[in-house]
This record gives sequence, structure tokens and C-alpha cells, in this order.
Amino acid sequence: MSETLLSKAAVLERLPEHPAVKAILAWKPEALVDAKFDRGELTLTIAAEEIRSAAATVQSAGYNFFEDVTAVDWFPSSPRFQLSYHILSHIYKERIRLRVLLDSDAPAVESITPVWPSANFYEREVFDLFGINFEGHPNLRRIMMPDDWQGHPLRKDYPVEGYR
Amino acid sequence: MTETIGSPILEAPAATGAHDQHMILNMGPQHPSMHGVLRLVVEIDGEIVVRLYPEIGYLHTGIEKTCEAKFYQQVVPLTDRIDYLSPMANNLCYCLAVERLLGLEIPEKAQWLRVLLAELTRLNSHLIWLGTHAMDIGALTVFLYCFREREEILRIFDGLSGQRMMTSYFRIGGLSMEPPLDFHDRVQQFIKTFPEKIDEYSNLLTGNPIFRNRLQGVGILSAKDAIALGVTGPNMRGSGVDFDLRRDMPYSGYEKFQFKVPIATEGDCWARYEIRLQEMRESVGIIQQALDGMPEGPITADAPKIVLPDREKMKTQMEALIHHFKIVTEGFAVPAGEVYQGIESPRGQMGYYIVSDGTAKPYRVHFRNPSFATLQALETMCKGRMLADVVAVVGSIDIVLGEIDR
Repeated sequence: MSETLLSKAAVLERLPEHPAVKAILAWKPEALVDAKFDRGELTLTIAAEEIRSAAATVQSAGYNFFEDVTAVDWFPSSPRFQLSYHILSHIYKERIRLRVLLDSDAPAVESITPVWPSANFYEREVFDLFGINFEGHPNLRRIMMPDDWQGHPLRKDYPVEGYR
Repeated sequence: MTETIGSPILEAPAATGAHDQHMILNMGPQHPSMHGVLRLVVEIDGEIVVRLYPEIGYLHTGIEKTCEAKFYQQVVPLTDRIDYLSPMANNLCYCLAVERLLGLEIPEKAQWLRVLLAELTRLNSHLIWLGTHAMDIGALTVFLYCFREREEILRIFDGLSGQRMMTSYFRIGGLSMEPPLDFHDRVQQFIKTFPEKIDEYSNLLTGNPIFRNRLQGVGILSAKDAIALGVTGPNMRGSGVDFDLRRDMPYSGYEKFQFKVPIATEGDCWARYEIRLQEMRESVGIIQQALDGMPEGPITADAPKIVLPDREKMKTQMEALIHHFKIVTEGFAVPAGEVYQGIESPRGQMGYYIVSDGTAKPYRVHFRNPSFATLQALETMCKGRMLADVVAVVGSIDIVLGEIDR
């Protein structure tokens, strides 16, 4: 399918049989905040406090392989941080993106390591470079930068030159 | 299993009762068998590994942050330096992602050349893996043989792009230049003799009792653990998970090629060794198909505002000169949106996530590199084995620290 669907209503109307959409609606329709289908990729925006359950839901719907999580800093707009989880299905041979939006003061979200242990390093990386906390992570320490480093380098307001 | 990649090892637990105290051993960051600057903190009971904790970040250069300050076309040389043993795979992944953001159609000849080069890169990368892995185990001869063949691949890359390792040959919208006239013959000559060379390595190693004993039954990873810990590529297929992005979610015209995806179910170092040897044979088949069926036509997309013009045109046509000037000084705007492009790199599933805000510079670039996730599975593979097996396992999972730390 090559068309672009930019609203939740359009996605629900055109893709009601999509396994991930179906599973999320069957589990908790109000957790699905927004949805879009763009450039062949389905993005489901999930309410921040529901991400761990949403991950478990899509996992049992056949999206069995966690590939990647990373953040985007939309400074200075609000909500500031966007987390993008990329999850692959070996059965359907396709990928979905779960998206979570977080505010700038003390951004925190539940860790999905109980669902996919492979998220361990990825969440540590986001914690290190963006300063987003993952509650329930077994070892939330800096991974790239030294342990005593100040600041989070991939934030947009992190100075790239001069004295810090 | 979740706790296996949990807390760091800071000090050894005190001795209790009749048991001796465990010892903490640092392997690396400077250690000949660590394939770069990987530091492993190992807690050992005599010679048995009790816990193992990888400490990374020694090679962190912040490439993702650097990308945000560059034009889209200026990021291509940076991608070479992420996984420096398979530059073309990184170039390919980045270019495909940006082309999807732009909605750009790539001519067929460029696609076939990209597939050919991606497979040559796979051979190049697997040759280094085989050589260094065998050398870690003590079979030095194979290392020299592998580097002999790798040298020929690097010479082909040199003739193609002017660089042996950091090729930067791929461009957004196609390739940087036509391949030289002798390119076809050199590649044909190389892959004609290469299957015999694989037999040669196999004769030295497969029947070698020392090599076999060091690998068989060592570093076992179950299919369930492989998926739970994010292991991809040959390591995952060695554990019996039948998935390959080239076949299952084809990109860049891979659906037009016939090849097998080797699978093994044992999940030990030996399975991974056999799978990579078979993958090399399959790659030779793909390269042969690409050479035989190479279509005619241009090697860049017809998009003058994105692809730099020929030198010839730039010197003779006013329009081309203006386009050249605009691209170099201002870049080209990419429509807002986000794209995640996955490819099967020599080490596993590589993914580039690019977020565009509609300007000429990427708003956010993120690389999902296979070695980073594979490293999480190291403790599961080494636990309860001898310390010397750690060296065999690290060699067999084929990690590159450049792409772990980025």
C-alpha cells in the first residue's frame, strides 16, 4: 500500500485488519493516542504510561522482534521528547513503530526490558545521550559517555562548541 | 536471562565456607583477541566464567550528533566510518533511507551495482572475520590466506572509487561514478577462483581437530535467547531462526536474485562458522547473477537538484553549473517525515532511522547496528564455560567496535 494516512481516524478506517492495530484496539483503545501511515511505515502513538503493556500486546500479536529504540529531541516545542520503538515481525515480515511523547521536565517512561531484554543497551543509550529515565531498568548507567559526565550530548540545547 | 545483562561487576564477592574467592579479570580494552577496544570484566571461579560484563564506549565519537550539523550528502563519508569493515553496507543503508524520504526512484543499473558491491563487501567482511577468528584459535595460516583474497577485493574497490576502505562510492540518488572499464572482468576473475579459495580455508579448518574441539558445543545460544537478546544475522541463523532481510523484506532489487539462506540449529560457534562459510558461497552466486544480468542505463536518478552533475556537463552547461553550486553550498531540502530503513549487513540487521524537519540537514539520524545488540548476548553464551572459550565466542559473533560505539 502506497497511500499516506495522516490521522488516527484514517488509519482506523483503512487498516482495521492490521494485526498491531487490531491487538491494541482489543486491549485498550484509549491507549492509542494517534496513528499514521507514511512511506509504508505504520506509526502508533501510545500514551506514555502504557508503553510497557503496549509492547507486550504487540509482542503477543506477532511482532516478536524488538529492533531499536531511540529518542528525538524537538526542543523548544512541547512535548519535547519523542521515543521511537521499532518492532519487527518475523511472521508478517513487516515493521511497526511505537511512538511515545514526553514532556521536558524529568522525562521518564517505563522500561520495556521485562518484555524484551534486548532493550537493555538501547535504553541505556537513550538515558545516557538524552537523559530520559527508564523506570524498572535493571542497570540504568551511562553506556557511551564516562560515568561522571555532565549533560546529555544528543539534546538539541547541548552546546557543540566553546566552554560548557 | 534478564539479570544476565544487569548489574556491573565492581568487586568480587567474599569467599564463603570451603569455596575460594572468585577473581575479577579485566580483558581489554587493549587485548589482542578483543577485536578493537572492547573491555570485558569477567568474574571467574578458577577457570570457569561466573559473570561477564561488557564495558563499551571507548570509541564513541558522536557520529549521530555530527550528522545533525551536515547536509544530507555530507553524511555519506561518515557512514563509512561506523562499521569500517563493511563501508558499502552502511552507505547503502543510509542512501536507501534518504531516497525513501525523498521518494526517489533509482535506475536499475545502479540497483544491481549496489547489490553486487554489497555482496563483495560481505565477502570482504567475512574474510576478515574468518582470518581473525581462526587466528584467535591458533590457526595463523588461514589469516594470511584470507587477507590475500581480501587484498584483491580492496584493489577492486580502489579501482572503483579511488579508496580501498572508506569508499563513499554510493550517493543519494545512485552512485558517484561509472565503474572503470576493467571492473566487470576483474570481478569475474575474482569470483571464478573464489569458491576454490573457500574450499581451501575449509580444508584447513573444518577437518582440523583442534579448531573443531574449540568451537563445537561452545557458546551455545538458543533461538529463544537470540530473539530475546536482539541477536541478528548469521548469529541468529546459527541458532535456527530462519530470517534474512534480503529474502524476507527485499530492498534495492534483491527480490530479483536467487540465493539460499543457510540455517543451522545447534547455536554454537561451529554453527556460526559453517553458516558464514556457506554465506560466502551464496554471495558468490549473487555476484555472478548481478554480473550476468547487469542492465544498461544510467547510474544516477534523473534528479538534477539532488544528484551532482557530471564534470563534463558542469564545465559546459550553465544549468548544470548552477545546480552543482546550489547542491554544494545549500544542500537540498528533504520533505519532513521519518523513515526507518533496514538492510542485512554482513553482521546482521542494520537499520538507519532518519527524521527530517524539511530542511537540508537531517534533524536526527540514528543507527541500529547489529554488533551493539549481539554484545548483550555475550554473557549468556560464555556463562559456565572456560575463560579460553570467551576468546572463541567473541571471535565467532563477529563484532566491530566502530559500530558498537559509533
